[in-house]
Amino acid sequence: MALLDVNGLKIYFHTRDGVVKAVDDVSFSVDSGETLAIVGESGSGKSVTCYSLLDLLPKPPAKIEGGTALFDGEDLLSCSLERMQHFRGNDIAIIFQDPMTSLNPFISIGEQLIEPLIYHPDKARRLSREDASKRAVELLDEVGIVDAPARFNCYAHEFSGGMRQRVMIAMALINEPRLLICDEPTTALDVTIQAQILELIKQLQQKRDMAVIFISHDLGVVAGIADNVIVMCEGTVREAADTESVFYRTSDSYTKRLLAAIPEGAKTMANRAEEGQPLIEVSHLKTYFNDYSSPAARAEKRQVKAVDDVSLSIQRGEILGLVGESGSGKSTVGRSIMQLVPITSGSVSFNGTPISGLSSSQLVPWRQRMQMIFQDPYASLNPRMTVYQTLVEPLLYHGLANSNNIEQQVQQLMDDVGLARASMRKYPHEFSGGQRQRIAIGRAIATKPELIIADEPVSALDVTIQAQVLDLILDLVERHNLTMMFISHDLSVVRYISDRVLVMQRGSLIEEGKTETLWANPKEPYTKNLLSAIPLADPKSERERLSS
Amino acid sequence: MDRLQAMEEKGSSLWRDAWIKLSKNYLALFGLGVIALLCIVSLLTPWIAPYGYEEQNLMLGATAPSLEHWLGTDIFGRDMLTRIMYGGRVSLMVGFIATAVALVIGVLWGAIAGFVGGRVDAVMMRIVDIMYALPFMIFIVLLMVVFGRNILLLFLAIGAVEWLTMARIVRSQVMSLRKQEFVEAAYSLGLSQWTIIRRHIIPNTLGPVIVYTTLTIPSVMLLEAFLSFLGLGIQPPESSWGLLINYGVETMEEYPWLLIFPGVTLSLTLFALNFLGDGLRDALDPRTSKD
Repeated sequence: MALLDVNGLKIYFHTRDGVVKAVDDVSFSVDSGETLAIVGESGSGKSVTCYSLLDLLPKPPAKIEGGTALFDGEDLLSCSLERMQHFRGNDIAIIFQDPMTSLNPFISIGEQLIEPLIYHPDKARRLSREDASKRAVELLDEVGIVDAPARFNCYAHEFSGGMRQRVMIAMALINEPRLLICDEPTTALDVTIQAQILELIKQLQQKRDMAVIFISHDLGVVAGIADNVIVMCEGTVREAADTESVFYRTSDSYTKRLLAAIPEGAKTMANRAEEGQPLIEVSHLKTYFNDYSSPAARAEKRQVKAVDDVSLSIQRGEILGLVGESGSGKSTVGRSIMQLVPITSGSVSFNGTPISGLSSSQLVPWRQRMQMIFQDPYASLNPRMTVYQTLVEPLLYHGLANSNNIEQQVQQLMDDVGLARASMRKYPHEFSGGQRQRIAIGRAIATKPELIIADEPVSALDVTIQAQVLDLILDLVERHNLTMMFISHDLSVVRYISDRVLVMQRGSLIEEGKTETLWANPKEPYTKNLLSAIPLADPKSERERLSS
Repeated sequence: MDRLQAMEEKGSSLWRDAWIKLSKNYLALFGLGVIALLCIVSLLTPWIAPYGYEEQNLMLGATAPSLEHWLGTDIFGRDMLTRIMYGGRVSLMVGFIATAVALVIGVLWGAIAGFVGGRVDAVMMRIVDIMYALPFMIFIVLLMVVFGRNILLLFLAIGAVEWLTMARIVRSQVMSLRKQEFVEAAYSLGLSQWTIIRRHIIPNTLGPVIVYTTLTIPSVMLLEAFLSFLGLGIQPPESSWGLLINYGVETMEEYPWLLIFPGVTLSLTLFALNFLGDGLRDALDPRTSKD
C-alpha cells in the first residue's frame, strides 16, 4: 500500500452560476521516495486536488462530493480538524508558488522557521528555543543558504526570489514531513534559479526518502524529476503513467497537444530584415532610477542603474529578441525606447530622427508608429472599458477613423487578432487570459504601427495558449510588415520567434548574435549558463543534466 | 436594423451598461425612488405644505397625530408634517450641496496628487494634513464670524471640511492604478495626462468614492444639526431634520412623536441612500455579474 492513496476524488464548486466540477473522479497514489508530477493548464484542477488533501480549500464554495485520500491508511478528507492540524506541517508539507507572499514580511526568517518546533501541537515533541534555532540553522545550511547563522535573523525582503524559495523549502522540511507538495515552486523564478531549486528538491527527497507531489503547468520542468506523471484537464485525469511513457509513447490527444505546444527549435519563418537605415537606433542609452529601497539609499541619493550604456539597432522587418533574467533591465530598455520612462543619457532614433527628449505632445505622431504589448493581460486592459472602447480609443485619438467607418475598422481589428465580432461589447473580465492578450495585441496594431515592442507577451499564458498567441504574433508581423522587439526571459520562446538575439545582464548587453548561431555557439559563460538551464521536455536528457 | 445595431454598439459604455444593471436592481431603484420623492416634495413644499412653518397655536400645544395634524404638533402648536417638509429642504440641500463640494474637490485633488506624485503630491497632501489638524469647529466659527451667518456659506464650510478624507481615499486608489499596465498602455498610445486621468483613472476609483459619498451625506446632515444646535446654522423658527431631532430628544418622554417622525424620515433617507450607493457601486463595476 502506498503512502498516499487518492481514490475517486470529486470536488465541486457551488457558485451562483451553477456547479463547477473542479475535480471529477481523480485517483492516484504516491509512495515514499517517489515523485508524482501533476501537470495541467490553469483551471485543470491540479492545485485544488492537492489543497483538498490539507483541507486548505475555501468551503463553501468548494465541497468534497466523494472519494477518499488515505494517508498511511487514514482518510484525510474525513478526519477531524485536530487530526488535520497534526498532519499539516508534520507529515505533509506544502510549498507555494510565490515565495514573496508566502513569507510573513514582519517576522524574521529564523523566527518563522522555529515556530512549528516550539509551538508543536504535540507537547512532547516541543523543542526549546535554543534547540529549535540550532535545528533551523542546520536546515538553512542544508537548503543552500550561505552563512546561515547570520541570515537567521534576516527578514524576507532581504532575500532574493530564489533564496526565499529555499527558505520556504527549509520551512516545509522543518518537521521532516513524509509527503511534500510543491505547487509550481519554480514558476516565479528565473531559469537558472529554477534549475538549482529543482536539483535541491531532488537531492532533499533522495536523502529523506520523502514522497513528493510536484504540481506544474510546464512539462519541461517535470521531465527531469518525476517518476510518474498525471495529466489533468478540466478536472479529470487524461493520462496517468510513468514519465517516459507520457513523454515518449503517449496516446492521449490532450497530452500530445501539450507536448506539441512547447516551443521548440528554430524559427520557421524567413528572416525579413531589410538592409539600410535601421528603424530604431539606440546609442549609449542609460536609464537610472532613484533608489528608494532604504532610508540610507534615499538619503545618499543612490541610483539603480537599470540600463547602463546600451547601444543597439533594429532593422526594418526584423524580429529582435532581448533576453535576460529578472532585474537585468530588459523591460526598461523597451520602455526607454517607447519613451515611457525618462532616460538619463544617450539617444533613441526612430528611422533616423532622434525622439528621445521630445515633449509628450511632440511625441504624439511618433506614438502612432510604435506600440507596446504588455506582459499581464489582466492588468493591461482597463477593466471598465469594453473591447469596443479599448480598440476605438487609439483609432479616434490618432484620427484614423471617423464615425462612419469606425465600426468596420474595429471589426477588422477583431478579425485580425482572432476574436469573435459578437464579443465587442464585453468587458475584459469576461475573456480568458489568451483572449485578453489578443485584445491587447489588437490595441497595439490599431494605429498601424511600424514597430511593436512586446514585453513578455506570452509569459502569463498557458502553454497551449502561448503557442497560439506566438503564431498570431508571427502572422501579424508578416501581414502588416511589422518590426518587433521581443523581450522575454523564456529562451525557448525567443528562439522560436526571433531573427537575432541580444543577451542582457545587470543593465548591460553582453552578447549578441543571429539566433541559431548564438544557440549553437554561445561565447559568454553567462549565456552558456542560461542556455543550459532551459528545461527540456525530454526525461532522459533532463535526468542526465540534473544528476551531473 | 443593421444601422440600429450599430448605434447601440456605439452607445455602449460604462454608464449605459451601469444604468441597465441598475434598472434590474430593485433595492437600488427603491432607494432612487425614495430620494426622488423627497426631493420633489421639498421643492414643492411652499405650495403643498398644509400650514405655514411658523404658524403657531399656543392654545393647542403639543398634540398627538390627528386628522388635522397628521404627524401631530410640537409644544408651540406648529404642525410637524409642515416642519418636517420645510426641514427637509434645508437638510437635503446641505446634504447634497456640501457633499457635491466635497466630492468635486476631493476627487480632483486626490486624483491629481496621486497621479502626478513626487513633490506635487507631497505639497498637496501636506495641505490636507494641515487642514485635518485645524479644529474644524473653530474653522467654521471663524468663517461665520468673518462672513456673517449665511446658509450658503454653511454648505461651503462643511464641504470644505469633508473633502479631506475623500482626497485621501482617491489618492491611494490612484497611486495603485497609475502603476498598472493599462495606464502605461494609454501613455504609449500618446494620450494626454488629463485624458488618462479622466478616461482611465477616475472611472476605476468610483467604487470606494460612491460608498464614501453615501456615507458623507448623512454625516453632513447631522453636522448641520450640531452646528445649528450651537447657534451657527439654521435658527428657529426655520427647521431642519437635525434640529427637529435635537428638540425631539429633549421632550422624548412626554411627546415621543416629536422625535419619532423626524427620526424615521432621516433613517428612511439614509437607507435609501445606502441602497442606491451599493447599487451604483455594483452597477459601475463590470466585474459583478450581470443579473
